[in-house]
Parts: sequence; structure tokens; C-alpha cells
Amino acid sequence: MTGGELGAGLAFAALALLSIVVAAQAHTPEYAFHAYLFAAGSVAAVFAIVNRYYARPAEPIPLEIGGKPNYNMGPVKFATVAAMIWGIAGFSVGLLAALQLAFPVLNLDIAWLTFGRIRPLHTSAVIFAFGGNVLIATSFYVVQRTSRARMVGDIAPWFVVLGYNFFIVIAGTGYLLGITQSKEYAEPEWYADLWLTVVWVVYLLVYLGTIMRRTEPHIYVANWFYLAFILTIAVLHLGNNAAIPVSLFSPKSYIVWAGVQDAMVQWWYGHNAVGFFLTAGFLGIMYYFIPKRAERPVYSYRLSIIHFWALIFLYIWAGPHHLHYTALPDWTQTLGMTFSIMLWMPSWGGMINGLMTLSGAWDKLRTDPVLRMMVVSVAFYGMSTFEGPLMSVKAVNSLSHYTDWTIGHVHSGALGWVGYISFGAIYCLVPWLWNRERLYSLKLVNWHFWISTIGIVLYISAMWVSGILQGLMWRAYTNLGFLEYSFIETVEAMHPFYVIRALGGALFVAGALIMAWNLWKTVNESAPASRPALQPAE
Amino acid sequence: MSLWAKHRILEKNSILLLIGVLIVIAIGGLVEIVPLFYLKSTIERVSGVRPYTPLELAGRNIYIREGCYNCHSQMIRPLRDEVERYGHYSLAAESMYDRPFQWGSKRTGPDLARVGGKYSDEWHRDHFNSPKSVVPGSIMPAYPWLARTELPYAHIENDLKVQAHLGVPYTPEMIQNAKADLRAQATTDSPDADTLVKRYPKTQARDFDGNPQRITEADALIAYLQHLGTHVDFKLYDNKANIR
Repeated sequence: MTGGELGAGLAFAALALLSIVVAAQAHTPEYAFHAYLFAAGSVAAVFAIVNRYYARPAEPIPLEIGGKPNYNMGPVKFATVAAMIWGIAGFSVGLLAALQLAFPVLNLDIAWLTFGRIRPLHTSAVIFAFGGNVLIATSFYVVQRTSRARMVGDIAPWFVVLGYNFFIVIAGTGYLLGITQSKEYAEPEWYADLWLTVVWVVYLLVYLGTIMRRTEPHIYVANWFYLAFILTIAVLHLGNNAAIPVSLFSPKSYIVWAGVQDAMVQWWYGHNAVGFFLTAGFLGIMYYFIPKRAERPVYSYRLSIIHFWALIFLYIWAGPHHLHYTALPDWTQTLGMTFSIMLWMPSWGGMINGLMTLSGAWDKLRTDPVLRMMVVSVAFYGMSTFEGPLMSVKAVNSLSHYTDWTIGHVHSGALGWVGYISFGAIYCLVPWLWNRERLYSLKLVNWHFWISTIGIVLYISAMWVSGILQGLMWRAYTNLGFLEYSFIETVEAMHPFYVIRALGGALFVAGALIMAWNLWKTVNESAPASRPALQPAE
Repeated sequence: MSLWAKHRILEKNSILLLIGVLIVIAIGGLVEIVPLFYLKSTIERVSGVRPYTPLELAGRNIYIREGCYNCHSQMIRPLRDEVERYGHYSLAAESMYDRPFQWGSKRTGPDLARVGGKYSDEWHRDHFNSPKSVVPGSIMPAYPWLARTELPYAHIENDLKVQAHLGVPYTPEMIQNAKADLRAQATTDSPDADTLVKRYPKTQARDFDGNPQRITEADALIAYLQHLGTHVDFKLYDNKANIR
């Protein structure tokens, strides 16, 4: 048995024992349920390690076969499938949340189905479950291909993928059962956060180790972005979730920061979850998959250097724009606004580098709907990174803050940029990973593209109208100097837009279902590629 | 050596690249966060703000559990319409014991920073059971189980202990009497109400949920909501005092 197998086996056995003790003593049944899940997961891990030990050949897996790297694509395949499943689940829960706002009867008077629990389930499912699995899958793929080396670690890559998805299950079931810190996009409680920390450190080590094993002299640009994403998310996660549990046997914890400082730490985290999870990581995807699909080199190497360093330097300052006109000191708000406006430039640097990579290959947009999806994604990136700095201006923010305009802005980035670049990457990855000649149907990709594009347009335009309308209604005065509308009148005015938004969301879900069907057929019915698809990157 | 050539050093060394990224991302956070802990002007001096009573804290934890922050802010901005609609703009001091803060980012429903005393306990009860019964156009979910569910508070002193450890001024006496204080606050005309108010000034003690037999989650949540924003006396507050 290798040291890794032995160590991991013992660690999981110890975790199983601890979990059973915690389950027996837990203060709440919900926490006991999670402890049992941890126990079951740990026991399953021990079994898997032992079974694998007996089934595997005695000698270690070769790093190269016939002079070519022996890539480790199992964990990549798993994360790709998980991304698709979580994606459809997360989009559907979002649709439910949208419908609950339009038709509140859908809360059904059931605790775990109320909007307050469903909304974090939706945000975590799409950002961390869908987006996270896309990032893990693509980063593990890209780092191996661009380093021309097999991923380091024997059990470690599987631990990252399975451990991360286990975290998702704990987080998601926790929200439904009422276990939450109520910090936006950092809702999971202390024990889930600790587990994620372990998984994330292993992720960083596997990633970094693979870069170190590279046979190429240069670290490819996509890997800079992935590395910045993994490292910064670790820092943010630790800072924002610093908490002391009430007891080992209680799911409840209290955060070490309070009030105004907690607000600043939270949005330092929150905005950079956008900046590093949803932007830097997905720029890594852009830098590999668009040049690959367009068969063109990245437009400008120097632009990628400048916008990389500028982007990661400026993003971290932008958090206070979520706290304009609050009790946060003015100097912090002003810094946040200033850096948010400056951030426009490196963001558009990335957009230009992505779009101009198509120089000389624009004709492919007519024939390749996958490439079209990725290019439209970059266009959405450009649009929402223009809208963001605009909304960070205090005068604009005084209108937009607390309204649906923010929700619309997030979704133009999330559905347009993150969603489309992910779909594009998965459409590329599936035939490569399962060694298929091509996708089952490009026509279905076309349908997916148009249906979900109409969905996005309905969604974001409905939110622009409702957000600006509600913001204006809140501050409207009669000519006698009284507030013109009661709060509830401004809520009632939102109804038609909430219905349109739900329709847009439904179209986006429909597109994802078409995609899943297309991928299923690709794996199960398309002809195998005539030459092995897994060749080192040129 | 040109700058581009120098950059090649980072492109060829993963550890240097990692350290470079770490330095670059550290600066903004340090500059914006660290001064908030030592600049005295960050949290203005006001009188009246006190830690949560055990019942209010339990209620706040239900507010957190149900994810109320998804639709309700607790942060009134110093804008004319907000001050007229909700009351005096929020002060940093008013959330100095909030772990986590609940300022929120979305107002699908109204701001709650000063909801305390705005409506009666009966109104809140009806509103939780069926929001539409008191606000016909409401899109808020109903929370009928709150009044039916017994409040679990067997470990409430642990909550105070952890907060005291983090710097919230809970005295050993407060921690010791946490359960008794919780019961006293949820009871109308409790004989222990005087000691409770001595420990926690301006505390409102009564049976909040209309059911004197039991202490329910509705008791705790309504006690929390009725206290929100009521501690600072803005007739006495001098907003120039903190300017230097």
C-alpha cells in the first residue's frame, strides 16, 4: 500500500469515528443528519481505497505511455458530468425562486421550500456546484494539456473532485434544513467550511504540482488565471469564514468580525467571489478553449500580461461598492468606487484579447455554434463589466442598490458570461474526453444558443425595468412633498416583470436540457474519433 | 532587460508566480480592512446600544436560519426618501454586536433596521401566519410553524459564552442567568423582569406570541424584531460629535 492510500484510509476512518460520536451528541437533528452523512461518506471512502488497492496493478501508473503523457482524465470526466447535473438542478431551483416571487403561493407554507432557503440554494448551486465543477474539470484538463504532464497525485485528484461535491451536498441540504451563516455566497456553516478548506488546499497542491511537473518551459496564460483563482479563493474563504462554533455538537457558529467590519470583510469576499471565482477562473477557460476552438493563437501576449496583473490587483479593492451610503466610512466607499471604475479597463482588456483571437477566423461564427456561444459569452462579459463600474458610481448606486437592477446585472454576467463560456467549454470537452469524432448534433447546439439567448434577454431587460422602476418609485414625491408610494405599491408594480423574468429563466433551463440530451447522445451514439483525441497541446 | 523579458521569470517559475499573485491581491484588502479596526471614527460613540438579550439572540438566530436577509435590509441610507420612510439613517454603532451583520443587499420587502415598535405583536403574529391577511399585496412566504414550534434554548448560555469570548460585553452573571432571563423576557409581568432590565436596559418583556403556556420561536423572533432600532435615542444623538 502506498503512503497516500494508508494515510487517506486512516484519516477517513478517524473522521468516520468522530462523525458518529458527533451524530450521537448533536444538539439538533439536522446536525446529526449531516454528521451521519460525513460518517457514511468516510466509510465509503475507506472502502473505495481498499477496493482500489486490491484491484490495481502493483506498479505505479506510468507517467508516459509511448513517449506521450498518460493524462489522468477520470476526475475531469466526473466533474464535467457533475457540472451538467448541478447546472440543471441549480437553474431549475432558480426558476422556482423566480416563480415564488411572482406567485408566492409556491412557497407552499413548507419551511424548507420558503424563498429564504431556496434562494441561497440557487446561488450556491449555480456558482459553486455548476461553476465550481466546470472550473475543476477545465482547470485539471488545461493544466495537464498545457504542461504536457500527468496530474500529480494518486488519490488526491479524486479527493478534490469527490470532496468538493460532498461539500456541495452538505451546503445545499444545510440551507434547506435551516443551517446557514446568512452571509451572502458564504452561507455554509463552520464544519462545511473546514471541510472545504481541506479540499481546496489539496486542489491547490495538485494544481501547482502539475505545473511544476510541466515539460513546457513557460506556464501558459490560462494557468496564471486558474492559479490566481485557486489561491485568492482560499484567502477569501479563510478570511470571511473565521468563526467560532458554539460547540463541536452544534452547527451554529459566531463570526469573529462584527457589524461594520464584518460588512467590509463580507463584501471583500463577496465581490471577489465574483472577481476570482466567476471571472479569473472563467478567463482561464477563455484563454484555452477559444484559441483551441478557433484554431488561432491568443491575440496579444502583452495584453494578457497587463490585464492579468491589473485585473487581480484592482478587483480586490472593489468590495465597498456593495456598501455605498451605508454605515461603512466614506473613505472606504470612495476607494471602492474609484477602483471599480478603474477595473473597467483590465476587464475590457480581457474581452478584447478574447474577441480579437478570432481575427482571421470570424467566418467560423457562421458554421460553428459552439464558438459562437463562447464569443457571445465574451461579449456579455464586456457588457456586464461596463455595467458594473457604472453601478459602482455612488449617484447611480443610490438608485440601483437594493433593487432588481443588481439581480439583472449579476445575471447578465452569470447567464451570459459564466454560463455561455461554460457551455462552450463543455461542448468542446465532452467529445475530447469520451474520444468522439464530433458532437451528436450542431443543430441542437444552435437551438440551445438561440433559446437561451432569448431567455437571457428577457431576464435582464425585465430586471432593468423593474429595478429602475422600483428605485424611482421609492424616491418619488408628490407635489405636496409626501412620499408618493407606499412600499407595498412598489412591490405590486413588480409582478409583470417577475413573470417575464421567470419566463426567461424557463427558456434558459430548456436550453440546458437540450444541451444535456445532446451530450448524452454524443457519448452514447456518436462514432469514436478516428485518431485518439488526447494528444499533447501543440 | 525589457519588462517583458523580466516577466518571463514569473512565467517560468510557478512559486514566484504564486508569491507575486499573493502580494498583488493582499494590498487592496489590507488597505481597506485593517484601518477599520483601529480608526476610532469607524464606529461613532453613542449611548444606548447593548448586547442582545438571550431571547433576542435566539430570535436573531431564527432570522438568520430563515434567510430573511435575502429580502430585507437592515441599513437605512442617509437619503431623504429612506429617512422619511424608515427613520433615522443607520449608525455603525447600532450593529456593533451583530455577528454576522445583516445589512442585506436587496429590498424585496421593506428595510427592518427600525421596525421595532412600528407594529403590534398581534400584527407580527398574523403577518407570520399569513402575510396577506395584513398586507394583501405581500409576496412574503408564510411562516405558520414559528408559533407552533417550541424554542430550543437548552444551550443558550453557550451562545453568550462564545460571544463574550469574541469581545461582546456579556458578564458572567448574564451568562449564568441566560435561561432565566430568556424565560423572564417571554413572560408577561414576570417577577424577574426587573433584574432582566437592569442587565439589559430598555428590554421589552412580555408574552410576544399570545400563548403564555409555551415559549415558541415566534416569541423569540418577534422579541428580536420589536427591539430592532429602538436603542439609540435620536433626540439626544449629536451627529456632529464624531466629526473632528
